[in-house]
Amino acid sequence: MNIKNTTKGFTDFFKDNSKIRNYLPQILTLLFIVFLIGYFTYNAQVNMDNRGIDFGFHFWGQEASFDIQFSLIEYDGSHSYGRAYLVGLLNTILVAVIGIFFATILGIIIGVSRLSSNYLISRVAEWYIEIFRNIPLLLQLFFWYFAALRALPLPKEAINFFDVSFLSVKGLYIPKFIWTNFDIFIYSIIAAIISIIFVYNYARKKQEQTGTQTPKFLISLGIIIVLPLLTFLIGGVSLSFEYPILKQMSETIFNYVGGAKIIPELMALAAALSLYTATFIAECVRAGILGVSKGQKEAAGSLGLTTGQILRLVVMPQALRIIIPPTTNQYLNLTKNSSLAAAIAYPDIVLVFAGTAMMQTGRAIEIVSITMATYLTLSIAISILMNWYNKKIAIKEK
Amino acid sequence: MIKKINILGTPTQDKLNLFVPMGIFFIILGFLDVILNAHFKINLTSFLPIWLNYFAPLIFGFLGLHYIRIEFSGIKILDNLNKNINSNGFNALLTLLILFVLIQNIPPLLNWLFFDADFIGTSKEECSREGACWIFVNVWLKRFIYGLYPNAEIWRINLSFLLLIGFIIAGFLVPVKAKKYIIIFLLFVFPFIAMNLISGGNFGLEWVETAAWGGLSLTFIISIFALLFCFPIGMFLALGRRSSAPIIRYSSIGFIEFWRGVPLITVLFMASVMFPMFLPDGTYMDKLVRVIIAITLFEAAYMAEVIRGGLQALPRGQYDAGKSLGMGYWRMHLLVILPQALKLVIPGVANTFLALVKDTPLILVVGLLELVGMIDMAKSNPDWLGFATEGYIFAGVVFWIICFNMSRYSQRLERRYKTDR
Repeated sequence: MNIKNTTKGFTDFFKDNSKIRNYLPQILTLLFIVFLIGYFTYNAQVNMDNRGIDFGFHFWGQEASFDIQFSLIEYDGSHSYGRAYLVGLLNTILVAVIGIFFATILGIIIGVSRLSSNYLISRVAEWYIEIFRNIPLLLQLFFWYFAALRALPLPKEAINFFDVSFLSVKGLYIPKFIWTNFDIFIYSIIAAIISIIFVYNYARKKQEQTGTQTPKFLISLGIIIVLPLLTFLIGGVSLSFEYPILKQMSETIFNYVGGAKIIPELMALAAALSLYTATFIAECVRAGILGVSKGQKEAAGSLGLTTGQILRLVVMPQALRIIIPPTTNQYLNLTKNSSLAAAIAYPDIVLVFAGTAMMQTGRAIEIVSITMATYLTLSIAISILMNWYNKKIAIKEK
Repeated sequence: MIKKINILGTPTQDKLNLFVPMGIFFIILGFLDVILNAHFKINLTSFLPIWLNYFAPLIFGFLGLHYIRIEFSGIKILDNLNKNINSNGFNALLTLLILFVLIQNIPPLLNWLFFDADFIGTSKEECSREGACWIFVNVWLKRFIYGLYPNAEIWRINLSFLLLIGFIIAGFLVPVKAKKYIIIFLLFVFPFIAMNLISGGNFGLEWVETAAWGGLSLTFIISIFALLFCFPIGMFLALGRRSSAPIIRYSSIGFIEFWRGVPLITVLFMASVMFPMFLPDGTYMDKLVRVIIAITLFEAAYMAEVIRGGLQALPRGQYDAGKSLGMGYWRMHLLVILPQALKLVIPGVANTFLALVKDTPLILVVGLLELVGMIDMAKSNPDWLGFATEGYIFAGVVFWIICFNMSRYSQRLERRYKTDR
């Protein structure tokens, strides 16, 4: 009897006291998370003690003593692990930027073609999307790397592009840019961009106040061409090219010397990433264009805007609003997918850092955490940037 | 008479009899030039300067299409043709380019794939090397499907998948009342029966270690298990993200955003090299199990976002109605909200599953060999060097058939569930 009473009392107390009912699950969740983290940390500590490893990031400054076959900054075995990490990170960013660039262009072309009134073109675009979207990216990457690029000719019979670039099984050789006073050139471009921003602000204000339009596109085109050109004429900037030249290494082995080399791994990765991601971007573009109602175009036309103005001032701003959020997602996916590089030995952050560096140091926890944190930061950076842009072009309701 | 026929003018309906034959003649000339050039090494227009020679078929075709572009010609085929592929000069040019590229590339491709290819045989020497060597795929097919699973035991994998298909078909055939039990059995009992059947170790079945599992069957095993477990986890995460309790909400957001922010490859690295460090000393967890857990958590985060979309799409009135009936949180969600929300997100779930299937080949980086991994292994076998292309094309076709049908199915579901809203 007594027991029954207390139970009833307890449930009543529990039911009536909504505060506790709200807090109890939260406290339990918190306890569970804290317990899980504590349990894992404890185990990790025991395991590391047993194996005689200590936790720490001292390895960061130590000599890496391994080579990386493709690097944007100066690097060799005598540099530190930190430097190797930077090389890997830059390579990841490089392939992501190249991939995003080509995927966007291809995606827009395919997306627009998909809506073409030409039956053949829309069918070709549709089949392109269906084929490339439904095959795993890793498989496409292997196909480009192990099958397509391996079928290229040897350096001796390389495919020749106007005698300055050569495509062979060893990679693509392009002329190397040799700059003098490169920093002045960069400053001039930064100055041009800043002045263009000013021109746009001025043009907007002028239009708001007086209603007259400034040919801001032509002006900015002029600025971005003229300012860097001036640095060539009076700033002491000059540019020359170093062309790749075919050289006989031994009796049967030929190779190109000089120029800049784009390794086949980079080409395969960029091709696979952009061809795959383009299919998704194409679908976003199609949805965006279909999302602008016909009435908008007709209304703009009846206001007397020209076809170009309708496209630029009415259709595009609205279509972009639909296109950008899913496309951002695709850019993020592309960046994350670039980690597949490890499968074909392109020296990106996963291969250099989570692969070679981890083998050498044996510090699994630190290195995998750093790698994951890097990707998280990249993802968050891209999404913040895109959210900012998205907010800028969003409908401004009064 | 000559003055009346303006050759370059706009073709009109009254001169139909002149323009149509002329147009057809030019089109045939253009196509003939391409076909002879590409497949018979005959150049009809070799007398022209080289730059003109190169573009001759395009110019012929363009002229031809220009002549047959007649509005309201009264000939049905011609009108359809003009409307669909020949509406203006630019479209005509694109049409020609596409057709010429197809004519040049399709026959050699078909030759390589089928007509010159070798299908029957047992060794690489039987391949003529003029076309594809499908003997490679033929010989390795068993490995591609079952991995390194012992030949004598393959019936166990077959039986598991046959049982699965059988139960699914039974689920469609039995009356609605019994359906529930079959679904519960399939979700909660069958996976463990199948796992036991495939891994063995008891009931007189020989133990097959997971390192021997592989090929296409491993793709299915991983996908099915990951889907099964990621669904409930994703549901809880979605509910957690919409919870009013801050600790639950923020931990759900943190969990979801963490998994969505990192690539699967690093997750797999974590499962294979980092996770064993977090287990108590002396315990061992099988690599495949670790990988399945990692993929499950990874996909659960995506699943949570899909389900959240469904929860958000439900009008507030549904929540209010549930509450006004005196339902508690769980009863309201189980009986009112989730049944409706889940119905909405079926296409999204199908898409997530599709992404999951496409992601499975990645397990290759931690040493588990499913289909793509097995092809990687086969192509580096010293007896079978140089057949990478055939292998990848085979794997590509297999994955394409699976994924294409799944995406078509999800599109059909999408359409079906759109109508009743």
